[in-house]
Amino acid sequence: MQQSDRRQFLKLAGLAGVTFTAGLFPKGPADAQAGDFHFVQISDTHWGYKGPANPDAEHTLEKAIVTVNGLSPKPDFIVFTGDLTHTTEDGAMRRARMKRFKEIVSELNVKDVRFMPGEHDASLDKGEAFKEFFGNTHWTFDHKGVHFIALDNVSDPAARLGDEQLAWLAADLKQRKPDDRIVVFTHRPLFDLVPNWDWTTADGAKAIDLLMPHQNVVVFYGHIHQEHHHMTGHIAHHAAKSLIFPQAAPGNAPKRPPPLPFDASLKPLGTREVTISKAITITELPVTKA
Amino acid sequence: MKRRVFTALLIGSAVGGAARLLAAETGAEVSVAASKFEFTPDTVKAKAGVPLTFVLTSFDRIHGFKMPEFGIRTDIIPDQETRVTITPTKPGTFVFFCDVFCGDGHEEMAGTLVVEA
Repeated sequence: MQQSDRRQFLKLAGLAGVTFTAGLFPKGPADAQAGDFHFVQISDTHWGYKGPANPDAEHTLEKAIVTVNGLSPKPDFIVFTGDLTHTTEDGAMRRARMKRFKEIVSELNVKDVRFMPGEHDASLDKGEAFKEFFGNTHWTFDHKGVHFIALDNVSDPAARLGDEQLAWLAADLKQRKPDDRIVVFTHRPLFDLVPNWDWTTADGAKAIDLLMPHQNVVVFYGHIHQEHHHMTGHIAHHAAKSLIFPQAAPGNAPKRPPPLPFDASLKPLGTREVTISKAITITELPVTKA
Repeated sequence: MKRRVFTALLIGSAVGGAARLLAAETGAEVSVAASKFEFTPDTVKAKAGVPLTFVLTSFDRIHGFKMPEFGIRTDIIPDQETRVTITPTKPGTFVFFCDVFCGDGHEEMAGTLVVEA
């Protein structure tokens, strides 16, 4: 689908949000690669959160699922980029939240759904419960000529990828050609977005160094609960909105402020659709139709 | 005299100072206790040009202590003293925070260093 056609469709469907188009694959796809498609990124649902930052917390995820289920054509797959559940020190409660979360998202009418952890899911037990419910915390797959890599920068509570995972990443990248199209998913930003708010990955620079020789790389992440776009060299990094509460703009105070006040319109929250063709188009989707 | 356990000994400098590997014997010390989800005290004062050693303890779990503007971080291990020395070079206000995820409230676990002339 052409970008303009897609935007037109979204308007007709009443779903159009902010559309962001970037030359995310700056060198263009290799000739052998083909196939336009789109996927949906959902992040930071924090199932189990109760508090004033979102009095609608028990229903926001369900509303977003209805919206995503209304997309036509359907996305090829959906990826959750972490903080599926809100943290708890009670391991039984953590598993109960993951179980309920999994039941809710089973209502998605796209069956290729992929999960990665955030620190709320995995940092207190090094990913143990997450693995029981969702499988590995880092993984790869290929889809229509694009190589996808999910990195785990949360199972270590100090936000490190770790030498073992970095070696795994290096080995995977060795199998890629320099102009292969590569999409990376992480929960936390790989780069130093706001070090004083801990919006970074302790050894994220090592991952970026490994990715840098590859010409067509883009990173999608969550954690900061807002749309954000940043470049490290030719690599674009795109943060997604949350489905629980928005956070303050990066670096607007010396200390990280608490979540922003609840907006009953739910407009600061949402998901996003990513269309991949020669360029990548990001369309921010609202929780509910206008 | 109680034996101190030096699990981390780093000296940072706020703006342009060189890191050193050994703590200065002179200078100020301040004890800071880490617990879910706060530092006590959460405001510390220092003088520019005078080394300041944080004597860090925790009684509940591992926490972190990070000051990006000074280029330092360390784990705070329960029932140990962890000493970190910095030498601020100019007045200002700087943040320290826990960078080891410790639960619901971790994001608010931060303090302030106020450096006076």
